[in-house]
Amino acid sequence: MSWFKRDRPDDKKPKAIDEESKHVKTEGLWQKCDGCRQIVWKKDLAANWNICPKCGHHFRIDAVSRIRMLFDGGDYEVFDAALHSTDPLGFVDSKPYVKRLEAARLETGLRDALVAARGKLGGRQVEICSMEVRFIGGSMGAVVGEKITRAIERSLASRSPLVIVSASGGARMQEGAVSLMQMCKICSALMRLDQARVPFISVLTDPTTGGVTASFAMLGDLNIAEPGALIGFAGPRVIEQTIRQKLPEGFQRSEFLVKHGMLDAVVPRLELKAYIARAFDFFCQQ
Amino acid sequence: MDPEITSDAPAPPELHPAWKRVQLARHPKRPHSLDYIDRLFTDFQELHGDRSFADDPAIVAGLARFDGRPIVIVAEEKGRNTKERLQHNFGMPKPEGYRKALRIMQLAAKFGRPVITFLDTTGAYPGIDAEERGQAEAIARNLREMARLAIPVIVVVIGEGGSGGALALGVGNTVLMFENAVYSVISPESCASIIYRDSGKAERAAAALRLTAEDLDQLGLIDTIIPEPEGGAQEDPEAAAENLRQALRHSLLDLAALSGEQLVEHRYAKFRKMGNFFA
Repeated sequence: MSWFKRDRPDDKKPKAIDEESKHVKTEGLWQKCDGCRQIVWKKDLAANWNICPKCGHHFRIDAVSRIRMLFDGGDYEVFDAALHSTDPLGFVDSKPYVKRLEAARLETGLRDALVAARGKLGGRQVEICSMEVRFIGGSMGAVVGEKITRAIERSLASRSPLVIVSASGGARMQEGAVSLMQMCKICSALMRLDQARVPFISVLTDPTTGGVTASFAMLGDLNIAEPGALIGFAGPRVIEQTIRQKLPEGFQRSEFLVKHGMLDAVVPRLELKAYIARAFDFFCQQ
Repeated sequence: MDPEITSDAPAPPELHPAWKRVQLARHPKRPHSLDYIDRLFTDFQELHGDRSFADDPAIVAGLARFDGRPIVIVAEEKGRNTKERLQHNFGMPKPEGYRKALRIMQLAAKFGRPVITFLDTTGAYPGIDAEERGQAEAIARNLREMARLAIPVIVVVIGEGGSGGALALGVGNTVLMFENAVYSVISPESCASIIYRDSGKAERAAAALRLTAEDLDQLGLIDTIIPEPEGGAQEDPEAAAENLRQALRHSLLDLAALSGEQLVEHRYAKFRKMGNFFA
């Protein structure tokens, strides 16, 4: 039994369509900032590289925008863009992996979770890999592994420095142990890059966890992160379930990692390009 | 007619073969690293500590002799009973464990001794302290530095190859895997809780993940499957150890022909072509 009754029957209710036409659609024009809880106009956000103009909170940014932002004049050459997974396990869960790949392709316009490109940064030729978190959580399977390894090989061949911008939940479950072995493959290639003394800067962005953190993301000559990014090996929920305690405030955020000695610096997005250019000048100038 | 077939009572559900293997790989009586070390090596001298923070008992490492020849062993140890399991933190290494492992593998490289590693862990320890001290960095560094070792490295998956926590000792010239061992990117339980939102569906996840020795062999990710006695290694640990002994002898002999430089190259080439599942 309810205390309040409708004062008119449902059939007399104005139709939903009429209701909607009375209002101007604002859906999708505004976004609430996770940092300051204020409402931000999305166009302002996009014009500011997805950083909140009010509080400086860094929203995630897509792989292509990231690459445009880093290369001089937004000018670059993309490699291996057509490389795509052949579904080694024939993996099926609530929907087949091939369908998931297709959906991710439609959403992002990419064939897998990484863009590899070459161009100039601060006037110097560099290789940049940028991960796309909207593509199955930015997870790493055979394609991501191969594209990064090839980028390292290009770096080695031309002695041009390497930047990898990580944004990933880790190894891709749907490719099983094949994903796992990509960690070895990439790290072995990084061993060669290290031996050849070609500089590599790892940029960790929100989120960088699992097999990506536990391989190339932690192996830069410099490891730098954007403010407030979640960075860790085990995910916070897994840790909470294991130790059955609440996690401390700011745990596994960039600033926490700097404090514990795991990162060289936290670098805001707008200063990232200048920071990388200066570092490469320092390492490479004769 | 067979009365069992006509009977109305439902037959007990048959476990998926992959899930059976997971059960065997985790069997409480399954031989662990120390069981094999006792049976296969002589003069075992355990070495402790990472020289910067602590000694992690989840990884047991040291000098030993195999067929009289000096080798270095680095192994994940789960423990054989409750007391031992607690002492070894259930075989879940922390960063200091991986750093100890690397220190001792580099010691082996310095003096030209082959390294044998045993993989047997649910995974790297997921805790606040492990994160603070750089669990990810420790694993990552091992992957890169193992690629550089100019000595033979033989990896044996003896039980559970739990994701990055196992892989951190897994960059070998030869990767051997016991018939009932499993090697996976994620535990079937965690996989099930992500894709089916129900960790109880681990059996289905185990099948989907293709984590058995046969699967990994077919995917070209391991070199040799070591046979186990009927019913699993726990039924006859002596026989399992004997099979491992033969496999280790073969691998060491094969790798003895290669120079340090060739060994590094051999390991690189092996992992470089792994998982070419793209077009």
